[in-house]
Amino acid sequence: MTAPESMTRKRSGGRTRLFLFGAAALLVVAGAFFSESLCPYDPYLQNLGAALEPPTAAHIFGTDRYGRDLCSRVIVGSRASIFSTLALVAVITSFGTALGLFCGWARGRADTFLMRVSDLCLAFPCLVFALAVAGVLGGGLHNAVLALAAISWPKYARIARSQTLAVRETDYLKAARLAGCSAARLAVRHILPNIAGPILVTAVLDIGTMMMELAGLSFLGLGAKPPMAEWGSMMSEVRGLLQTVPWAVFAPGLAIFAAVLVFNLLGDAVRDELDPKMKGR
Amino acid sequence: MKRYVLQRILSLAPVLFGITFLSFSLMRLAGSDAVTEMYSGAGAAVSQEVIDAARAKLGLDRPFLVQYVSWLGGMATGDMGKSFVSGRDVLDTFLSKLPATLLLAAMSVLLTVAVSIPLGVASAVAHQKAGAAREAGLRALCSLLDFVVRLGSFVGNSLPNFFVALLLMHFLAIRLGWLPVIADGVTLRGAILPTLTLTVAMSAKYVRQVRAAVLDELSKDYVRGAKARGVAARTILVKSVLRSSLMTLATLLALSVGSLLGGTAIVETIFMWDGVGKLAVDAIMMRDYPLIQAYVVWMAVIYMGVNFAADLLYLVLDPRVRWEASRNDGA
Repeated sequence: MTAPESMTRKRSGGRTRLFLFGAAALLVVAGAFFSESLCPYDPYLQNLGAALEPPTAAHIFGTDRYGRDLCSRVIVGSRASIFSTLALVAVITSFGTALGLFCGWARGRADTFLMRVSDLCLAFPCLVFALAVAGVLGGGLHNAVLALAAISWPKYARIARSQTLAVRETDYLKAARLAGCSAARLAVRHILPNIAGPILVTAVLDIGTMMMELAGLSFLGLGAKPPMAEWGSMMSEVRGLLQTVPWAVFAPGLAIFAAVLVFNLLGDAVRDELDPKMKGR
Repeated sequence: MKRYVLQRILSLAPVLFGITFLSFSLMRLAGSDAVTEMYSGAGAAVSQEVIDAARAKLGLDRPFLVQYVSWLGGMATGDMGKSFVSGRDVLDTFLSKLPATLLLAAMSVLLTVAVSIPLGVASAVAHQKAGAAREAGLRALCSLLDFVVRLGSFVGNSLPNFFVALLLMHFLAIRLGWLPVIADGVTLRGAILPTLTLTVAMSAKYVRQVRAAVLDELSKDYVRGAKARGVAARTILVKSVLRSSLMTLATLLALSVGSLLGGTAIVETIFMWDGVGKLAVDAIMMRDYPLIQAYVVWMAVIYMGVNFAADLLYLVLDPRVRWEASRNDGA
């Protein structure tokens, strides 16, 4: 008697969480978009007379080595971190899904070959490979995104492929084929909507991880380069001064933590919504 | 069984081939090669003839595949070239730094297992008890325990490892002065902070996976059956549940070694730990391609080896796999 009741209660709780964290994530993205008008000072304006000041009412995170307001830099830094992460996840999701869908549908030699390639990518530790590629390409945020994309797409290709293999045997797909649907229409209208769930869950859960890896590459000097404000490179710039100005290191660190936390919470809520089996796991 | 193991080893060959091929091609992405690197330091402009002659001498004018095969041959005999920067043998340099990294990785894995399995199991059991226990107090305590473990894992999962490293450095080394800020050589004392950093990230993920695996196992029919027959809860947990989830846990642990190996690059750089991760980051800064190449190849090979070992562990842990394997031998 109580089981259905508790299930519906939990379900609506999941919805609330989804909307709450979805709104929070949207807020973060909007904040990043309007970051330039949100910061109290010019994030690139140097004032060497006021370098390395501790947090005050005027500069709530203090100032950095060049007297730039850290709060403004953290706010503007969100743009580089968040948009490059979102772009990265969008690229690997669409590329991986398209490839996986093609493999699952076409099968045959092309499928075998592409899956061997994806196996090969999975054989490398992700960050090791990205490190080398970004290093060889010579750093820069674009190259860091490219490097991570080159190694991260196979996960999506495999999910899309296995889902497509399952879907292609269903009656509704056979019916659609008999009705004379073109391959493109079959893929977009009939297969894609039915395999999107698990891919979306993986993609949203990936945002936080990718944000951290991208920031990690920047921290090593292989991503965003100074003077561009980016959280990872901001931390790397001042890490030698940890002893004297810890706030300058921790402000961007807390920003990464908060952003990753929001997207991880959203990812969990999305998973609970789309994949109820995994609830509470 | 021997034949099964041999088959598995042979199946690694194409992957190994692919790893070396991809790593070799990777260096082709660079806009420069050994010769341009060599003369870019010379300062004076060098004529094209001199460059061509140097290329021919190093064999860089040969077709790509020929170069790959000769590189592969060199690798098989332990010759991975010389460093562009120091001129030292790449493999020797790499191998001299490898033990420090392996020590860090092994300590992190051990600590992760020691932390995550008890916490994950406790959290799973508490999660079950929180719904089923009779006394309200116990129920509250159990859901609190479960909540705290999950919260901790969530927070740990959202912290980038370089931030964890700097936090630990700030509090344990600078504020409290318990540990050295940077490692003075490869010592156990210097290894504590890097190990802790790597463990935080790894445990945060692993605790969750342990909890999920144990919960999954606990909901199976045989557990209910054993309970009905009056088998003690502790016996079920240790003898059946833990034993059957061990395989999942071994696989997941082996997979997480991938991010561990990548993480060592960042953590070693921060703590000045003299391992291959720091070596690779330094090599990247100096555009020392042969070293980067060796790093990528060997990290992938180590990762592959760890996952292969986890596969072999199945043979020990799972009688079904063992049976399949020995049946294959007979055929």
